[in-house]
Amino acid sequence: MADNDNDFPVLLTTVDKVVNWARRSSIWPVTFGLACCAIEMMAMSASRYDIARFGAEVFRGSPRQSDLMIVAGRLSRKMAPVLRRIYDQMPEPKYVISMGACASVGGVFDNYAIVQGVDQVVPVDVFVPGCPPRPESLIYGIVQLQKKIDKSKVFA
Amino acid sequence: MESAAIIEALSRTVPATGVEAVASGDGMPTLYVGLDRLVDTCRALRDTPELRFAFLSDLFPVDYLPREPRFEIVYLLASLGTAGFGDTPKRLRVKVRVPGTHPTVQSVSSVWPAAGWSEREAYDLFGIHFSDHPDLRRILMPDDWEGYPLRKDYPVQINQPVKTYEPLQVSQEQFVANIEATRDRARSD
Repeated sequence: MADNDNDFPVLLTTVDKVVNWARRSSIWPVTFGLACCAIEMMAMSASRYDIARFGAEVFRGSPRQSDLMIVAGRLSRKMAPVLRRIYDQMPEPKYVISMGACASVGGVFDNYAIVQGVDQVVPVDVFVPGCPPRPESLIYGIVQLQKKIDKSKVFA
Repeated sequence: MESAAIIEALSRTVPATGVEAVASGDGMPTLYVGLDRLVDTCRALRDTPELRFAFLSDLFPVDYLPREPRFEIVYLLASLGTAGFGDTPKRLRVKVRVPGTHPTVQSVSSVWPAAGWSEREAYDLFGIHFSDHPDLRRILMPDDWEGYPLRKDYPVQINQPVKTYEPLQVSQEQFVANIEATRDRARSD
């Protein structure tokens, strides 16, 4: 960076760093609340916990405008094709956070109707434990996802 | 209104053979009705002037597995008690016994249209067939689900592979026709 007016204004970095910085700084989640976890997800996006501090506050109603899918709640087998279809409609690069015990491993719903872990349907980047996870936990999950994006290689 | 009085009023409209009153723990009048006379009896319960059970508040099966007849279907009826709809507000529980092999019941959706979805639920979760039902399909489980989950012998913790893609809602020809129709509309606009 230019120290004084006489230096030539040049910023040296790598493409990876710039691209990853751009990607992790505005992770737009798709609205995908399935159960009570969605209440905590809404609390996280509202003023008290304010996920805008991490650039992920813009919940999109359309998967075509989003980067992140937060699976917030238990996924029923009837809903699994819908989840998969919405995931398929998201543009690359896309990330998935499995929020809470039910989305991650089925939780208390050990039965025929609930998918025992959404990683059977979509690839999951971060699992957030809790029943439901507090907003702080979910923010921690998003920060972990940002760290993961920072380490990724864009042009490998 | 006690069970005996209800049967007495009922017998003036239809022959009340096979209708028997049973004692219930909560004091609500409870009748068992024969499987073959169910619809006639239900229609009489709805139309008899002093009864007028015009409202079906719920309908659900019960699975008494080792016992035969295995299922019972419970109909919870209410009479609103307003002018022309019975003299006083009252409730009634009607039960019918259904055998475990090929359980089939006459649909009461011709008497109370609201029974349609409840009977679909009973079909979906207990596998009880309702003859003369206008649209007997699964209502809660996926259309291609195997088995009836609320039966006592259903393996509740079964873990099957997850279906991640649903079958096409329309046929290939319909799909192509839809796209062509949309394209033609777009061109003509």
